[in-house]
Amino acid sequence: MRIPMCAARRAHRFIALPAVLCATLLLAACGQAGPSFHSTDISGAAFGQDFRLLDPDGRQRSLADFRGRAVIIFFGFTQCPDVCPTALIRAAEVKQRLGAEADRLQVVFITLDPERDTPEVLREYTAAFGADFLGLYTTVDETRTLADEFRIFYRKVPTGGSYTMDHTATSYVYDPEGRLRLAVLHAQDAESVAADLQTLLQSFSR
Amino acid sequence: MKRIALASLFALAASSAFAQVQVSDPWVRATVPQQRATGAFMHLTSPADARLVEARSPVANVVEIHEMKMEGDVMKMRAIEGLDLPAGKAVELKPGGYHVMLIDLKAQIKEGESVPLTLVVEGKDGKREQIELQAPVRPLATPAAPASGGMQHRHGHH
Repeated sequence: MRIPMCAARRAHRFIALPAVLCATLLLAACGQAGPSFHSTDISGAAFGQDFRLLDPDGRQRSLADFRGRAVIIFFGFTQCPDVCPTALIRAAEVKQRLGAEADRLQVVFITLDPERDTPEVLREYTAAFGADFLGLYTTVDETRTLADEFRIFYRKVPTGGSYTMDHTATSYVYDPEGRLRLAVLHAQDAESVAADLQTLLQSFSR
Repeated sequence: MKRIALASLFALAASSAFAQVQVSDPWVRATVPQQRATGAFMHLTSPADARLVEARSPVANVVEIHEMKMEGDVMKMRAIEGLDLPAGKAVELKPGGYHVMLIDLKAQIKEGESVPLTLVVEGKDGKREQIELQAPVRPLATPAAPASGGMQHRHGHH
């Protein structure tokens, strides 16, 4: 299933981007030629510029660590039976579709649930989808700050003596120079995301 | 006499309806150590209107029937009171829709094992029936529409 570019933009307007910014994007991208993406082109967006998070080995990570590779980030929690595995399976399929270019994409999973997603859980969880997938975390307070900066909505919802989480399922794609370029809706398939990454990677030499 | 015959006819109809609730392709998503929740998925088909009202499993302290919905691109997951099983219609519990949520797991759910599940289905007449099944555990990275497995169901009565 392919999401028409402009339909994707309209859908995305409801969740993360202020209407004004998105209306501008609608005009800009639906009306002119240039690199065409299935995902929402958010090049030039002022949010989600960088992060400082810890990997399961306790090392600090930021976008600069992945320079030369495109980066796709997804925010979620490991006790999520549905959306989070689906997003990470798609990321794995995207890498597969990239073939020889697969090593030019870094998949990053950022937990919104650091209370339960310990470094050990994160490491095992991401490895189940891809050996080189990276799980990142920070403190509960910093997670809130980060999510706000990235326009990711999340909240705990009590259930069965425990809690689940509502959260934005949008993935973001950064180009090999660390610039935020694309917002990928949950409903997009691997084929369209892989095509977008191929388009993006083409304009950067190895 | 006539009344008694009718009543037993209804009882027979109800029990045969239940006896035909089919569970196909059940599976549970594997977990990594210390991951305390996961989902069970399957297809349910009831020949008569019925409702899935409860699920139980010895592997989890809490089992709920959940609905996943996308509002815009925000994922929301909620426990629901029950799931309608319209006559003759295959109701899918699959990623992107409904699932049986296994919460507060007692141990890691490992690929290759199977998870015992009890489903409680209520007919229009309020009668409840239990369906016992074994759901194979599939890898954590199992996509939404994995290869179809065989049918697997066993019936029990209160």
